[in-house]
Amino acid sequence: MATEGTPAVELRHVTKRFGDRRVLDDLSLVVPAGRAVCVLGRSGTGKSVMLKHIIGLMRPDEGSVLVEGEDVTALGPRELARVRQRMGMLFQHAALFDSITVGENVAFPLRRHSKLPPREIRERAEALLADVGLAGEYEKMPAELSGGMRKRAGLARALALEPAILLADEPSTGLDPVTSGEIDRLLVELRDRTGATLIVVTHNIPSARVIGDELVFLHEGRIVAQGTAGELDQSPIPLVRQFMQAEGAG
Amino acid sequence: MIVSWLEGVARAARFAGRVLVEAVRPPFEGRETLRHLYELGVRSVPLIAAAGFAVGVVLSMHTRSSMARFGAEALIPAGLAIVLIRETGPLVSGLLLSGRIGAGIGAELGAMKVTEQIDALEAVAVDSFRYLVVTRVVACVVALPLLTTLMNFTGMLGGWVAESIITGMPIGTYFRQAFQPIQFSDLIPATLKTTVFGFIIATVASYLGVNTTRGTEGVGQASTRSVVASSILLIATNVLLVRLIQFVYP
Ligand SMILES: Nc1ncnc2c1ncn2[C@@H]1O[C@H](COP(=O)(O)OP(=O)(O)OP(=O)(O)O)[C@@H](O)[C@H]1O
Ligand SMILES: [Mg+2]
Repeated sequence: MATEGTPAVELRHVTKRFGDRRVLDDLSLVVPAGRAVCVLGRSGTGKSVMLKHIIGLMRPDEGSVLVEGEDVTALGPRELARVRQRMGMLFQHAALFDSITVGENVAFPLRRHSKLPPREIRERAEALLADVGLAGEYEKMPAELSGGMRKRAGLARALALEPAILLADEPSTGLDPVTSGEIDRLLVELRDRTGATLIVVTHNIPSARVIGDELVFLHEGRIVAQGTAGELDQSPIPLVRQFMQAEGAG
Repeated sequence: MIVSWLEGVARAARFAGRVLVEAVRPPFEGRETLRHLYELGVRSVPLIAAAGFAVGVVLSMHTRSSMARFGAEALIPAGLAIVLIRETGPLVSGLLLSGRIGAGIGAELGAMKVTEQIDALEAVAVDSFRYLVVTRVVACVVALPLLTTLMNFTGMLGGWVAESIITGMPIGTYFRQAFQPIQFSDLIPATLKTTVFGFIIATVASYLGVNTTRGTEGVGQASTRSVVASSILLIATNVLLVRLIQFVYP
């Protein structure tokens, strides 16, 4: 359990190689509890890889990853599972379990880890689906949803256990501007209501401005810029300024 | 080349060892195991029943022509029963199921791997090895002897149909003659050895499935290789097991 002042997430000199390629290159980042951080960067710079390190799906070749003060790279399976129950992760391609219904996907974490009776679990899952604009889609199979709908169902699943730390990999990619705005509001509301820490990978600069207390710009496995949206607008690095000006992107 | 092949074998062996350890360690995933027992076991019934019947008919025709040569027609039912129960039933059902079950597990886990569903399971703090692999192996180990027994039975039924067309022998007489010389040592070891076949099929297919890479193409490969590898291993293991059984029951 985190004590006062312990960062929610901390990456210390993390290096990850695939073959000869350093995808993360001595990357360090501190995310204080309750903060919303948006991660920006070009395609293929290691944003998704970074999220997978935080939730312990990938292990660094060098360095360590701390979640609420615990080094997830050193934990055994049971301890890691305990830490993961405090996190939620939305995968870039949603990664819904395709052999069960959309609703059962959302209910899955609750069935595994809560002691709620089945009826209440179903009600909660329905409420979560309604939050992401998927009311009434409970009985559909994931294959019957559009890409954007799957993404939102994945978000509902990630939110099911009211995570203290939410990792979201491009929550608004593939969504229209209106739905995208609703998802942004949902994330902000979650943070305000529960004090959750958010780490959101996004290509959507307007939504990064709405969600992010802090923006982090990743390039070639390193953080090249970090600060508020206003600070990144003034960045001395041309690529960062270019990104910040591309308002329509995402 | 040889070194990397040996490394692969060592990894697979460690995987199999881990299955054995985890299979006896509670808590058990009872619901999932039952679901697979249905998917892998009950749904194989038509295939095994039909194949057994056909094998019985054919074997009966062969035994008839060889026994007739020695004027030993009265031994036809018993001859068929011994051949079927001691070897043909276990081996044919093992090979058929390595096709149906092996391909199914390889493809299903392979698809879950490449669409990050296995990562998603881990991310919601579920031990994917126990949830996906151990449940399938246990279901398969339980299903194989039962399905083999079914094949033995429909095989004898096929044998009787073939026989009754020629001689009009009543079913009661046929089965009495068939089972009269059958001993404990014919039936039990031969049937129980199929638990090993079940372990091989599910473990090999799971191993190849969860190690799938390279997208959809990889899924197809995992499925095909599951069938090939588990069939070969099954045939080789069968030789050892038959030798072992003959050693114990000379
Ligand atoms: N499991 C893996 N095995 C090998 N290489 C990988 C693996 N996962 C990611 N990579 C490589 O790491 C690099 C970073 O990938 P990552 O998915 O983190 O990019 P990203 O920043 O999320 O890009 P995008 O914005 O397109 O999602 C890529 O070059 C990718 O090829
Ligand atoms: Mg990505």
